[in-house]
Parts: sequence; structure tokens; C-alpha cells
Amino acid sequence: MSTRIKSGGRLIDRTRKVSFTFNGSRLSGFSGDTLASALLGSGQTLMGRSFKYHRPRGVVGAGSEEPNALMGLGQGPTFEPNQRATTAELHDGLQAESQNHWPSLSIDVGVVNAALSRFFPAGFYYKTFMAPRAAWKHVFEPVIRKTAGLGKAPTEADADRYEHFYAYADVLVIGAGMAGLQAALEAGRAGARVLLVEQTPHLGGRLLSDEVEIDEETSDAWLSRTIAELQALPNVEIRTRLMGAGVYDHGYVTGYERLTDHMSDHMPGGEGPRHRLWRIRADRIVTATGAMERPLAFAGNDVPGVMLAAALRDYVALYGVTAGDRTVIVTNNDDAYRTAIALKRAGLEVPVILDTRDAAIGPLPRQARDLGIRVELGKGIATVKGGKKVEAVEICSQAGEGSVLETIPCDAVAMSGGWSPVVHLWSHCGGKLVWDTDQSHFRPDPDRPPTGHDGAGFVLTAGAASGALHAADTMPDAVAAGRRAARELGFTPSDTTAPTANAEAEEPLQPVWMMPAGASYKLRSKAFLDFQNDVKVSDVQLAAREGFESVEHAKRYTTLGMATDQGKLSNINGLAVLADSLGTTIPQVGTTTFRPPYTPISMGSIAGAARGPLFKPLRKSPMDDWHDANGAVWEPVADWRRPYTYLREGEAQHEAVHREIRNTRGNVGVLDASTLGKIVVQGPDAAKFLDLIYTNMMSSLKPGRCRYGLMCTENGFLFDDGVVVRLAEDKFLCHTTSGGSDRVHAWMEEWLQTEWWALDVYTANVTEQYAQIAVVGPKARQLLESLGGMDLSREGLSFMGMAEGDLAGIPARVFRISFSGELSYEVAVPACYGRALWDLLMQHGAPLGVMPYGTEALHVMRAEKGFIMIGDETDGTVTPHDLALGWAVSKKKQDFIGKRALERPDLIRPDRKQLVGLATQDPATVLPDGAHAVAGSNEYGGPKTIGHVTSTYYSPTLDRSIAMALIEGGANRMGEVLEFPVDSQTVIRATIVDPVFYDKAGERQDV
Amino acid sequence: MSDPRTALQGAHFAGDVTVTDAGLIGMISIRGDQSDSGFRTAIRHVTGHDVPDQREMRGDATGGLAWMSPDDLMLFCGHAQANIMADRLTAALGDTRNMVTVLSDARAVIRLHGASVRDVLAKGAPVDLAPGKFEPGSIRRTRLGQVAVAFWLTGQDSAELVCFRSVAGFVFDWLSVAAAHGASVAYHAKPLT
Repeated sequence: MSTRIKSGGRLIDRTRKVSFTFNGSRLSGFSGDTLASALLGSGQTLMGRSFKYHRPRGVVGAGSEEPNALMGLGQGPTFEPNQRATTAELHDGLQAESQNHWPSLSIDVGVVNAALSRFFPAGFYYKTFMAPRAAWKHVFEPVIRKTAGLGKAPTEADADRYEHFYAYADVLVIGAGMAGLQAALEAGRAGARVLLVEQTPHLGGRLLSDEVEIDEETSDAWLSRTIAELQALPNVEIRTRLMGAGVYDHGYVTGYERLTDHMSDHMPGGEGPRHRLWRIRADRIVTATGAMERPLAFAGNDVPGVMLAAALRDYVALYGVTAGDRTVIVTNNDDAYRTAIALKRAGLEVPVILDTRDAAIGPLPRQARDLGIRVELGKGIATVKGGKKVEAVEICSQAGEGSVLETIPCDAVAMSGGWSPVVHLWSHCGGKLVWDTDQSHFRPDPDRPPTGHDGAGFVLTAGAASGALHAADTMPDAVAAGRRAARELGFTPSDTTAPTANAEAEEPLQPVWMMPAGASYKLRSKAFLDFQNDVKVSDVQLAAREGFESVEHAKRYTTLGMATDQGKLSNINGLAVLADSLGTTIPQVGTTTFRPPYTPISMGSIAGAARGPLFKPLRKSPMDDWHDANGAVWEPVADWRRPYTYLREGEAQHEAVHREIRNTRGNVGVLDASTLGKIVVQGPDAAKFLDLIYTNMMSSLKPGRCRYGLMCTENGFLFDDGVVVRLAEDKFLCHTTSGGSDRVHAWMEEWLQTEWWALDVYTANVTEQYAQIAVVGPKARQLLESLGGMDLSREGLSFMGMAEGDLAGIPARVFRISFSGELSYEVAVPACYGRALWDLLMQHGAPLGVMPYGTEALHVMRAEKGFIMIGDETDGTVTPHDLALGWAVSKKKQDFIGKRALERPDLIRPDRKQLVGLATQDPATVLPDGAHAVAGSNEYGGPKTIGHVTSTYYSPTLDRSIAMALIEGGANRMGEVLEFPVDSQTVIRATIVDPVFYDKAGERQDV
Repeated sequence: MSDPRTALQGAHFAGDVTVTDAGLIGMISIRGDQSDSGFRTAIRHVTGHDVPDQREMRGDATGGLAWMSPDDLMLFCGHAQANIMADRLTAALGDTRNMVTVLSDARAVIRLHGASVRDVLAKGAPVDLAPGKFEPGSIRRTRLGQVAVAFWLTGQDSAELVCFRSVAGFVFDWLSVAAAHGASVAYHAKPLT
């Protein structure tokens, strides 16, 4: 059984007890523990259930590679699934629950899957649940969902805060083990701006567990001296709990910083963010990410208590915790002997070291033998006995088929299949790998790095991440990486003698991908490659036999490496088995693609500050606060919010809209039109330019006059409209739709900069410079005249005229234009006076019965007049002619954008969809927006759609429903009755009418 | 006459950095050929500043001249003086190709003050804000989170930032969150030697 031992544990503080809960039970550990070490220390070896077979699983590793010990942490608004117990720092009040068990961790009904596991081969789901189709929804999916899957999805919104941070560095060093520290030191001493990040809370990496002699000092002494020197360098910044998550083009790196996860007193949503996503730009990136130990594939290698050899000694050295009292070591290399020696020195039993090699003659094996540890050469494990915990191992000859030679009782197994460099970050942006036959691993190929804009490599590797596994090689490799990074950036690194690191020499390992080499099917089907996804040796072999020869196909078919750990432990072993099955070599098979992030990062960190009110920018007009205080029901219009209507006490929305319309048509209404786009076009060629941009003639417009204009794309389709005002001979003000101002401005600039650069024209988007208020209705003139200062009489400012002056002392431009058919003025004032003018209009208009009106009243009134709306009557396939706006398309102009396209046969086809008005036969029935008109049948025998409703309202003015629609050949169908089937029971009938429903002669606006 | 008002109406937030509405400020966009000697002379004559180089800010929001793009400058002046200044610029620029536009109310100016001002800006702007890399006299037109802004330092612990008027409230709220206590990064704390 796992337990806390009396001594050791350099990271824990035995004087500070920390209590936490696991599946509701109260347990305790020490300050400095990880959740995994605290659970092991509490005797909790069983930590979860596997994904597919629900097999009992314990912790395998001691770091970020952990596939098994996944927990749900927190509760309610702080709950987060799939957290690795090995990287979760223990704190008071931590709440953890194991995953994928039902009803409980120790009794799991899903384990029946395990008994039936031979019926769940690779591709099981693909093969089995083919038919009947209906069974998917009602049988297969509910059952699979219940038993499969890892963590539960959170059910409440995340209570925490997150943020981003942009950081720049000359050299970014990722990983602060011996190599990372030394590389950072070399680059830092040379004067480069260095950012050194480490995913754990501690600097030192493997030096914390494995003693190395550096320049005749202990590694601890070297560590403290090096860290002190780095901290003293003003150009070096060290950050812990910050993981290099992804490497992207141009030296862009994402870093995942965990700020509060280790704190017991952090209030979710309180001060400070929980995670911070660093968005780093570095000219050179040094990955000093170390190496990962590989498991061995033997039957029962997933029984709780079977762990990576280095993890076992890490738990002893760092946390004073052991996985068991009697640990069998199984290895193909010398490094695992360090675990045997560490355990023995901690007073624990090591009954045997099973070494697959025929000889073990290095200093480490010698030390182990000297300590009296039995070493068996050429041996391996046939199978591990035990269910929820290790009870014994059966020894076999590695070369054989698994005949049991001896059974050795034990409660833990330390396995080591060699080490693979962590190449993920090197590979994210295209760094290539090379197979290292001597060390049996893929390592970065320094000749094929990821390259930047100048073709030079921008990622370097240092230490074990380069494949320099042995300390004596790690140090010079790290020195070289740090110096090279600095030199490539123009700094002058030191050329003094590099420090020397000494550790026990190691003999070559023996590649072992399956144990024993001739394992029977029975053994192979219990030898796990991917622990989290329950992929066994037999599954990969089956996939190969079934023709999944590409590694990417085999991965997806078997799910090897597709779990939350992304195959950190399983990939190389899986590739090797696949290569063996295909009768080819490992480098021939190649690896799957390494993609960011290195380990999963929180969704919150990706969102950053963009949540709640900061989720998306909200544009507000200068009168926004008045609207907000006066019953505005908001409607999003592009990024703006605009009042849809102003609701009064006891009123329904449609009642408010009707009231606003009746008052505007009867008295006077005011509309906040500030959101309308406003673009100034100025220069000697301004008129010429606008003649090209608009379909109609703008050069003939007289200064002081307004003209409604249309803009088409090159394809002849209408894309924006608005009133153009000629302010002076060489200066125009172009109004655009509210959502279109940025688009139209960019459109104008693009044509000016790329096609018509010879035109002497400047443009400026002045949308936000002005507050604009439409004053509309029979009493509009009376209201504005009461403010005083400008002649706005019928003669003084005629329809489609513009005047400049002061209204109530506020500098104003008044446009006499109408989108409602009423007597109407739009008044533009500098935005800083917008609220003041609005208040004056309310105050002076009170005796006249002034009311504000919102966008819905605006829409209904324009529809009553048959005016089109960009986005309602247009959808990117509609021409001006389709909307009976041919009068606004100049026939005289030599050219304008869209002119040629408008002459294409398809755009002048007489049966195109054309704008019509619709009067429902029942005046009380309002057609649904978008309803389709049908006539005859289509090629499939169904009803044929001949058009659709584009705008539809109930008109309080006419006391009946009105609508506009685009109907095939509509211009020639006046008086026809169309059918609109709106559901299986109901067909609405409507007559095609003139789209101008109200005041066709335009008498109301001309007063 | 009615009183003019800013979008932020004097808003103020005090965290690790203070965030304050800078009040009414005159802003004038000056388009033209910055390499043209007539243009340069006219600008110097009216504004008292030489035409700034790329990404250069001469002065601050009380009367500075900012480089905005290869053919766009922004003059800061008193809000009430903006129209007069614009007329003087137009007159001085005469026949040189130009466009002078008063945009005082299209934008909002926010002042930031506090030792961690560089860190607060770095939470939203992809700009190298390290001392020595970004100093008073430089302007960046960039973004803050999701919105367009321009900013410059007015000292080692203060900055001015300009955004569009309609999003002034959003930018102010964003800065208030970024500058709140307990969210310190202390990345730009060490001066570069």
C-alpha cells in the first residue's frame, strides 16, 4: 500500500498539515504536496477508472504527462473536470472527485466492460453500432454516454476571472531544469532580454530528485547559485507556474500561467485573475522541456501501483511518499536503477530488478548490487497479479513467450522503457524529428528547425529536450543553446569554459516495445499502451491487420494518443508496435502531429477578460444614457445598441411601437440617428470619385443639396445606401447604414488606394463626431423653430436641402430629408452637444406632445412608404433594378462600380425576383418574416418557392398588415394572389400590390 | 449655450493604476503629404511642432502632434480652439493637397497613472512596452483587447490613450478590470540596463 514515509520530501512542509476531500472523504496531506502525493500518502492508490473498460487505475507519473489520475476539482462555479492530480497543488479545502466511475470508485458496474473486453476491440464502436439507425438515438448513445467519457461538464458559469498578457523577449526559455537555467544564464549574461518559464512551482527539474555533481559542487549548491545569479540579472525574468503551451509562426508563443489554483484563500471572482494567458513574442525560443520516461508494455501494466520508475523516486524525494513497501523494478536501461537505489536507501524493499538486457555492468547496477538488491538479467514481467492494487508479479524471460518462471509478491512496480525527449514545442511550428537509434527515441533534428520570416530557425532545444539525456551531455548542450540564441540575435556570449556536470555513466538501453518479446494474445490484450483510452498492444496490431497502415489512421481507429494527455506516454510505444506489425521501422511509420497546447489549458484563459460586459465591445450613442433611463428596449444594430422602442408603464412592446408611430405621424417624434455612418469625401476629385462609387450621379448635386444614393459591388449587387450631401464644391458628406460605416469607409479607401490612386481625394469617417437626431412629424418644424437660430421654413430649407447654423446656440447642420414620409429634419451636432440638444427637444417639444421613437417605429414607417432597408430587402444577390430603384442607376455615366455587371444577362432577366408590396387577404394577419410564396411544383415534386417576404409589419397608420417581398417576375404580377404556407395547416393568402402603401404622392413631407 | 460633455463624463477608477476621463480635448486630423516641404512648413508654423516621424508623438494631449499614418497626423488642442485651429491649418496649407477634419468628439481621451501602467496596457495591446523599447515620445496605434486605440506614455508611470467615443465606456471598464488590485504582473518592473 502507498504511504507517507518518515523522512524525505524536500518540497513538503511537515509542520503544515493541509486538509482536503476526495470523493467526499476528508483526507490530509502537507503543504507542498500535489494532490497525487497527498492521496498516495493517505494510502489512496486507486484514483480513477479508465475510459472504455472502467478498469481501476492509479497514478502512473509524477508530472504533466499523467494519463490516469484525472480529477474533477472544485464545485459548482469553480468545478473543472480532467485535472491531473500530479500537477494540482494541494491546498486547504481542495475538493477532488475521481472520474468515470458509477456508482462509486471502488464498485463500478461499468467494470463489466472489462470482463467483456475481448468484445470491445479496436474500432468497436465503428463496427458495432451500424444499424438500425434509430437505435443510435434511443439505445446506443444513452448507454455509451453513461459509461464512456471522462470528466463531467461543469453545469455553472465559471466564477473566476482571467486575463491575457502580451510579453516580448529576445530569448524565451521554456523549462527551468538544469538545461533551461543554464541556457537562460548564458543568454542573460550575453545581455539578451530573457524570459524563463517553468510549468511547476519549482526551479530545478530533475535535479530536485536526481543528484548531479556540477563543477565539483552538489546540484543543490549549483541550483541556488545559478538561480541567484539569474535573479540578479535585470534582463532576466523568471516565472514559475507558467507553462509554454504552444509555439506558433514568427516566434509567437502562448504561455499558461496558473495564479491562484494553489491558494486556499482565493475567492473566485474576487481580486485578481485565476489564470493568465501569456502571448509572447520571442526572437529565439529555447525549449528545455526535458524528457519523459516511457512505460513498458506488459500484461497488467495498468494495475494501480505500477508506475514509471522515475515517478516513484520523485514521490520519495519530493514528497516523502512511496507507492508501496516492496517494489519490483522492471527496466531496459540503467536509469531505473536509480529508483531501486533511492527506495533501498529510504528503507524500502526492492525484491528484484528485472533487466531485459543480457548484461548490466555500469556503475548504477553495481551500486544496486552492492546494496544487496537482486538483479535478474534477460527477464521481464509476464503479468501483474492484482485488481485494484498490485499483489505480485510473475517473472518470465524477455525473449520468450511468457512462461512464468517465478512469482514475486510485491505491492508496487517501477517500470522504465527508456526516455523520450519532450519534442512537442519544437514540433508545433514545423520542427522536424530524427530517430535516434542508440537511445531509441525521436529527437529534434537541429538541421530542420521551425523557421521564421528570414528562413532562420527560431526554436532551439537544450539538454534532454535535444536528446542529451545524460547530465554530462545535457550541460554542454544547454550552454551551446543559450549562447547560440544570444549570438544569433547579435549579442556576444561568453566563451569561457562551460560548467561540467557529472553523474554515473550509463550503458546503452535495449529497445523493448513488448514484454515478453513473444507475448501471447492473452498477454498482449492486457498490455496497455494508452492508459487513458484503454488502447492495448493487441488493438494496434489489429488495426495494422485491418489495413490502418498510416499512423494517423491507426491513431484515429484505435484512439491511441487521443485522450487528454495526447499520448505523452503512449505514442512512441504505440508507433513501435505499429511498425513491428507492419514489418517496417519506427522512423518509417513516423509520428502523429504535435499540436498545441502542450497540456490542456482552461477555456477561461483563452477568453481572457472578454466575459460579461466585456465579452464584446458595445457602441453607445451620445444619448445612450437618456434612452437607458427612459424605458429603452435595446436592439443590437451592428455593434451599437439602439432603442427598439421606449416602453411605458403597463405597455406591451407592440403597443409602444404603435403609440410612437401614431404620435410621429400625428404630432412630432424624435429618433436618435447618431449611429448612421458619416463619411466625408474631400478633394478636387471628390465628385468624380463619388460618381464611381455610387450608381447615381453625384457630380451634378449642387452644394447645399442632398441626394439618396446607392452603392453596388463589382457584381452589381446593392450593398449600401444613404443620403449624400454636398457640403461644398469639393466636399461631400456620405451617410451610410448604421452597420455599414466601417465597411463603406474601408471600401472607399480600398478603391482609392489600389485602383484610383491618381484621384486627389481624402476620406474621413466622422460617424462618431456627430450626434444626429431626426425630428419628424407635422409639428417638426414648429419644434425646431422654437429652439431658435435657423430659418427652417418651407422656403428657407426646401426638401432635400441642407443648412448650417446654430440651433439654440449649438452649432448644427440640418438636413431636410425623410425616411418616414413626414415633414422631417435630421439635425447633426458635435457629439458633445448631442445630449444637450436631445434634452432641449424634449423640453421644447413637451407642449407639442413630442415622443422619442425607436428603430421598430422607424422600420414600420419606412415600410409604409415602401422604402427599402439594406439587409431586409437586400441579401447580396439583389440589384437596384430588382427593387425598382432603376431611377437611381445612372445611364449617363461612363462608369461606376457594378455598371458592367448590371448589364449581364442574368441581372436583366425579366423573371428575376422583384420587389412587390403584399396585402394579406385578412388585414389582421401579419405574414411571418421570411415566409415563402409557393406556386406549382419543383423538380422533386414539392411546392416551388417563387419568392419570400422581406419586411412585414402591422401598420397602425393603415390599421392593417403590410409586407414587402421579392417575387419572381413580381413587377408584372400586380393584383395576383400568392400563397404562403406557413405551417402544415395554414396558408396565408396575400395580394401583390404597390409597395408604397402610404401617401404615394409624397404630400406629407412637402409642406 | 449648452455645456458640452464627454462620453465618460469625468469617470475615474483607482486601482493599481488610476483610469481617468481626460475631459474635453480638441483633436484635428490632418491629412497630407508629410514629405512635402510646404506641408511641413505649414504644420510647424501653425502647431509649433515639427512633423513627427513614424510612430512619434510630439507633446501630449494638451497640445501635441501625433503621427497616425504615413499621410495622417493628429493635432491635440483645447476643445474650444479646435475649429479655429482647423481654419488656421487649412489656410496655412493652402494649395498643398490636404484635408483638415475636426474629430474632437469622435474620440475619447483617457489618462492612466501608476507604476504598473506598462503592465496594464500590455494586458490588451500587442506592443513591446518594455522600458527602452517604448518611451515617452512614441505613439502606438494598436488595439486594447478587442477595440482600436492609440496610446503614448507621458512619463514612466503615466500614459494617455485615445479610443472612439462610442466605445469609451467599454474601454474604461476594460481598463478598470485590468488595473484592479490583485492583478499585478510586475513584468515591466525591472528597468533594462
